[in-house]
Amino acid sequence: MFKKLGVLMLASVLLIGMAAAANLNGAGATFPYPLYMKWNNVYAKETGVKVNYQGIGSGGGQRQFIAGITDFGGSDAPMTDKQINSAGGDVLHIPTVMGAVAVSYNLSGVGSLNLDADTLAGIFLGKIKKWNQVDSSFPDKDIIVCHRSDGSGTTDIFTSYLAKVSLDWASKVGAGNAVAWPVGLGGKGNAGVAGLIKVNDGSIGYVELSYAIENKLTVAALKNKAGIYVVPSLDSTSAAADGALNSKKVKQLIASGDFRLDLTNALGARSYPIVGMTWLLVHKKQADAKKGQALVDYLKWVLNDGQQYAPELLYAPLPQNIKSKVLAVVEGIKI
Amino acid sequence: MIKQQIQKRNKGDTWFKAITFSFAASIPLLLLALVVVLINKSWLGFSAFGWGFVFSSVWDPLNDHYGALPFIFGTLMSAFIALLIAVPLGLGCAIYLSEISQSKFKEYVAVMVELLAAIPSVVYGLWGIFVLGPWVAKVVQPLLKNTLGFLPIFQGSYSGSSLLTAGIILAIMILPTITVISREVFQVVPHSLRESALALGATRWETFKLAVFGPATSGIIGAVILGLGRALGETMAVTMVIGNRPKIAASLFAPAYTLASVIANEFAEATSWLNLSVLVELALILLVITIFVNGLARLLIWKTTGKLIN
Amino acid sequence: MENNWETNKLKRYLKNNLFLGAALGCALVAVIPLLSVLGYVFIQGVGAINLDFFTRLPAPVGDTGGGMGNAIVGTFILVGLACVVGLPIGIFGGIWLALYGKSKRGFYIRYAADVLSSIPTIVIGIFVYVLLVATMKKFSAIAGGVALGLIMIPTVTRTTEEMVKMVPRTLYEAGLALGLPEWKVTMKVVFRTAWNGIFTGVILAVARVMGETAPLLFTAFNSMYWNFRPDEPMASLTVQIYNYAISPYAEWQAQAWAGSLTLVLIVLTITLVVRRFSKRVTYG
Repeated sequence: MFKKLGVLMLASVLLIGMAAAANLNGAGATFPYPLYMKWNNVYAKETGVKVNYQGIGSGGGQRQFIAGITDFGGSDAPMTDKQINSAGGDVLHIPTVMGAVAVSYNLSGVGSLNLDADTLAGIFLGKIKKWNQVDSSFPDKDIIVCHRSDGSGTTDIFTSYLAKVSLDWASKVGAGNAVAWPVGLGGKGNAGVAGLIKVNDGSIGYVELSYAIENKLTVAALKNKAGIYVVPSLDSTSAAADGALNSKKVKQLIASGDFRLDLTNALGARSYPIVGMTWLLVHKKQADAKKGQALVDYLKWVLNDGQQYAPELLYAPLPQNIKSKVLAVVEGIKI
Repeated sequence: MIKQQIQKRNKGDTWFKAITFSFAASIPLLLLALVVVLINKSWLGFSAFGWGFVFSSVWDPLNDHYGALPFIFGTLMSAFIALLIAVPLGLGCAIYLSEISQSKFKEYVAVMVELLAAIPSVVYGLWGIFVLGPWVAKVVQPLLKNTLGFLPIFQGSYSGSSLLTAGIILAIMILPTITVISREVFQVVPHSLRESALALGATRWETFKLAVFGPATSGIIGAVILGLGRALGETMAVTMVIGNRPKIAASLFAPAYTLASVIANEFAEATSWLNLSVLVELALILLVITIFVNGLARLLIWKTTGKLIN
Repeated sequence: MENNWETNKLKRYLKNNLFLGAALGCALVAVIPLLSVLGYVFIQGVGAINLDFFTRLPAPVGDTGGGMGNAIVGTFILVGLACVVGLPIGIFGGIWLALYGKSKRGFYIRYAADVLSSIPTIVIGIFVYVLLVATMKKFSAIAGGVALGLIMIPTVTRTTEEMVKMVPRTLYEAGLALGLPEWKVTMKVVFRTAWNGIFTGVILAVARVMGETAPLLFTAFNSMYWNFRPDEPMASLTVQIYNYAISPYAEWQAQAWAGSLTLVLIVLTITLVVRRFSKRVTYG
């Protein structure tokens, strides 16, 4: 009797489930994950369309998207032309928001920290091993470096910055989604690194800003290109974006519809040096008409209504002049 | 008419035998399919790096350079530490449970040891992150450093996420295996052997040493190796406490990485097809190691107790 | 001479007590982690367990009132799918082994089941990923269910074989004497009798796969919604606990503990009840 009841229950659940399905599946960067989760929550309430996004890292986001297992990918590391070509060429990068990569640390008794590029690189290279080498007033404790163990766009932004400002780093390690870290513990996702920093006294690592704030971690002030120590914040992120967008090269890229912009080490007195964009990877030619339309509607919502939720989670919304160009590209998606 | 009925009956039997056989035969077929799939998917990695892969320490996804050695090291070392802790403890428990007279308390203890095996791995991991790890970093590691710090394995900075933590958590997880099977092995030893020792005036402990331990030896070894097999394949709990660092270090306080952990962490996120293939290669290496170890264990246990263990 | 014998005896008894005391000590030490894990899971988890937890979806960070409702239901669905895959193979395979398995073929099949049971579950996850996820081009509950089902097979097979073998031959012969064909006797008489034992083996296998995380990581993936389509990603308690556990958010970590408490209660209850009521089932 119970067997029959069980089978009946399973069947009815499956049938009901068939009717109500998540409509879009995406995976990728953990950098914007708190914001995407908020967006999807609101979007589902407003439109009934369920967008299921999982944070597995930009590397995974790219690969699952290319393999066709997800409808869209999330990545804060732009794919190179070579990568796009070897994936078949049909990849659009739609920028959604910008965020700061905070250098977060946990050192009891130390409430503020100023780091310049060389010191930062030295710490992550393993050359500077103890906190009192950074500042003689700091405790004599080992520095526990925390980095990502998965393929990450946040890593890409962070290492791009280090490679720009430190020849040592550029030659020894380089920049990318996943690098051969000279020292440190590996955490999974931005969340994993934040978690490591939280439980280890004397640790330092890089996380997207909202993870540091949500987790009540202290962040360091970094020396920007203008020589001023700036703390990561919504303002300094937007300032960096403005500063970067003033460059001629960037303007040319935007004009050609290519939004894979590098915003690190931007000009401007108030700019925070480690700022990055994050993109949604979508196909220019959508295979499934219904899904394609749902995706386009979602993207338009993200670029218009979604932007208002960004500031409270400490992400900087896209500047107006970029937004209209991005919307134009979205309109061009063939369903 | 009866002939027809008998023929019908036999046909039913033939069908039944055939159907049940096809289900049974699907098991080795699935196993074969698994091996074939793994070899197929790891081919890209194998052709890229060859046998040197097993001995290389480089793990550089950026430049697509990979080597399995740090993971093999992490897997074997964490399992070894686990055995070091779990074997004496497990044998002690088994001795207590089998040699000390019946009592309600003893049965409770037996049940509790078995319950250790029922706790899901991810729950162990959660407990490891928030309870065991900090305890190891604040209590165990300083203690080891202060007393035995001249040994290179007990040097370096303290970290809750370390090879040592992973070894300890594995020890807890394989303890039930060693205890339960060792206890079985002890109880299979004929009572007559025990009784002869007791008749000669031996104490409980001496009885055990003389009459039980000898015949039980190969079974105990089997139990230990089975525990080793479990430790090698354990994924979630280890991933959450080992630090995920693909480098071989001398100190147990340092983070490490195991074969199972790197697969769990990087599989969904592998950045290139080569990366993916290499991860499957690691799975193949893990498969070979665990099958070999478990096969050996079951042989030994079967020899001693005549039973096949799950 | 007598003195020697006396001191010798004393020494021997001291040694005896020492070692047996040490054995007792081992047992006590072994129990400590269990109490610690259960204790922490209970203390940390009980606070976050409320009606919301069982009925609501995961909330974004910063919003309160989220829950693991979909993960709990998802786990049951995945286990249900696992049974669909694992039980037929396990039960019918076990029956074959019990009745016709004394041959060389039987030996190889038993050996294969043994090997299957020692494969790390993450490797099984990879196998199912290649077979189902990469081909279907999506993560799905089916893939997760198949992975869990494969893990169940060895336990169910072994238990079924042992239980069927234990049914007295007289019952079997009585059925034959009544003129029933062999297969009918097997299914209607022997199987029915063995069913209690087989059922306990099945329940134990279910308890075990409920606690599995690794094979679901890249098969069923995860979901934030009430989603019960078998061909879509599905949330599960274990994966959700894992994701929350390694997150830095206090509310999510509290939910991870609550999820662990739920999971541990279910699994331990099943394990204890089964072992209590069936001493015949040895391992599994």
